[in-house]
Amino acid sequence: MSIPKSTEIPQAEPSVLDPHHWVENHADYLFSYAITRINEEEQARDLVQETFLAALQRIDKFEGRSSERTWLTAILKNKVIDVYRKKSSGLGKNTTSLDTEQQDQDFFDPYDGHWKKTHRPEPFGIDTNDPLMNKELKSILQKCMQKLPALWLSVFTMKHMEEESTELICAELKVTSSNFWVIIHRAKLNLRACLQKNWI
Amino acid sequence: MNELKDIIYNCRKATFLIEKKQLTALTFKERVELRIHLTGCSFCRLFQKQSIGINKMIYALFHSAADRELKLDDDYKKQLQKRIEEKLDNN
Repeated sequence: MSIPKSTEIPQAEPSVLDPHHWVENHADYLFSYAITRINEEEQARDLVQETFLAALQRIDKFEGRSSERTWLTAILKNKVIDVYRKKSSGLGKNTTSLDTEQQDQDFFDPYDGHWKKTHRPEPFGIDTNDPLMNKELKSILQKCMQKLPALWLSVFTMKHMEEESTELICAELKVTSSNFWVIIHRAKLNLRACLQKNWI
Repeated sequence: MNELKDIIYNCRKATFLIEKKQLTALTFKERVELRIHLTGCSFCRLFQKQSIGINKMIYALFHSAADRELKLDDDYKKQLQKRIEEKLDNN
């Protein structure tokens, strides 16, 4: 889990909200949270602002069971999920599913399901280096993720970053559970191939 | 027997199970199928290793404090706090 370098002190007593210091104490943290998940600076900034404003409106509902930061992050998280939902609905959903059919067949022989010669996994940086330490690989990974169709990226991000339950993701993004697994599978096939291709 | 043959030769299905396995429990049948396939398929063994590596990287990407270097600019923050104060005064 993340260990935020926060100014918060673990409290046994119910936490109290201090909106006068919200920006000072949490804005950068929330911004980082948002931008790593949606990768658009302006939108991430807007979400931080919306989070604070939404928080003000429900300030009386805060029960002090979680820390101020946890509470604010939960509000932001819901806003991020809204963004995923909007991005993945609307135009392109049908074309996406057609594309995936196409791409999936590119990886495997349509008759026997074997890897096509040109798409067989080959060793690349991830096998030899410590992936956790490798900044370059990380930035390639981020670029590769942005190439995924919006719906795939939403599903993939919610599962891997937020560790949401499959049921919740399916409900929020309106995908069936069998489609969910197809998307998870294809997203990884594409990510892996993209990493291999771009790793020199 | 036909089913067994299916999985021995089917890398599409094997990679699907590799992904599923990392996020949820496989059924007994699926576990056996995957194990049989991986015994005979070095490509899918490599795929599995790389896939696990990618998942670790993704986890690190979004859970590590080191990546939290991004900051909002100060003007924006000042404006934001100002807006919050205004709202507080109105209530």
